[in-house]
Amino acid sequence: MTFDQLSAILKTKKVGIAGCGGLGSNCAVALARVGIGTLVVADFDVVARSNLNRQYYFLDQVGLKKVLALAANILRIDPQVNLICHDTRLTSENIPSIFAGCDIIVEAFDLAGQKEMIIETILSEMPLTPLVVGLGMAGWGMNDTVHCRRIDNLYICGDEISEISPDLPPIAPRVGMVASMQANVVLEILLNSEMTKI
Amino acid sequence: MKITLNNNAEEFAGESMTISGLLKEKNFTFKMLVIKINGTLVKKTAYETAMVHDGDEVHVLHLISGG
Repeated sequence: MTFDQLSAILKTKKVGIAGCGGLGSNCAVALARVGIGTLVVADFDVVARSNLNRQYYFLDQVGLKKVLALAANILRIDPQVNLICHDTRLTSENIPSIFAGCDIIVEAFDLAGQKEMIIETILSEMPLTPLVVGLGMAGWGMNDTVHCRRIDNLYICGDEISEISPDLPPIAPRVGMVASMQANVVLEILLNSEMTKI
Repeated sequence: MKITLNNNAEEFAGESMTISGLLKEKNFTFKMLVIKINGTLVKKTAYETAMVHDGDEVHVLHLISGG
């Protein structure tokens, strides 16, 4: 499949990004670059100086709402991307309506409790929608421990071991690896499902 | 009973057990978990009542912070 062919397929697709931090901002940018038609991005937070060690924002965006800063950055890459921004805290109540109609949802939260919440919500309320989670990416090195596996419609990217702590911070290289793996899984699901239709 | 736990064959005493019993037996102490029995999600509120039987496929996913 050529790049033009795959972009034409991806243009018809809608992907939800739950959280616009290290995983979400980098994953959204990767998907925008390959021509995803619609991105639904949701986050309640603002860009902080400390986010710049891994998140796809710039120094002059500190203090801006993350969804708005991310939208601005994506539109600089490709103004054709249809962006739906939700400046809100995601909950089990609003997730089904915010991500209704998405072909795939990417989990990009930082806290384990939030990850548990969205997995429970999607598996029980939207069981047919694939969910791609990032799990374990703190620290540096250890390239060979990062993997991707699948439990039914749940896809897990990361090392599943490295939890963040003051001595094991989340920083650009490994967080970016997992964000890119999540984007790569999204493409695999979307393009493979399209190829089986041919 | 014999079950498949996280893609590994495991054997436990008795014909069945609750999810809480399974977590205790395996010494799974993480607080944040997602559990499926034969593809069906078991909510946290059901850990005391949801039963695992011989031949079941169980997934226990430990959730850790970072993103």
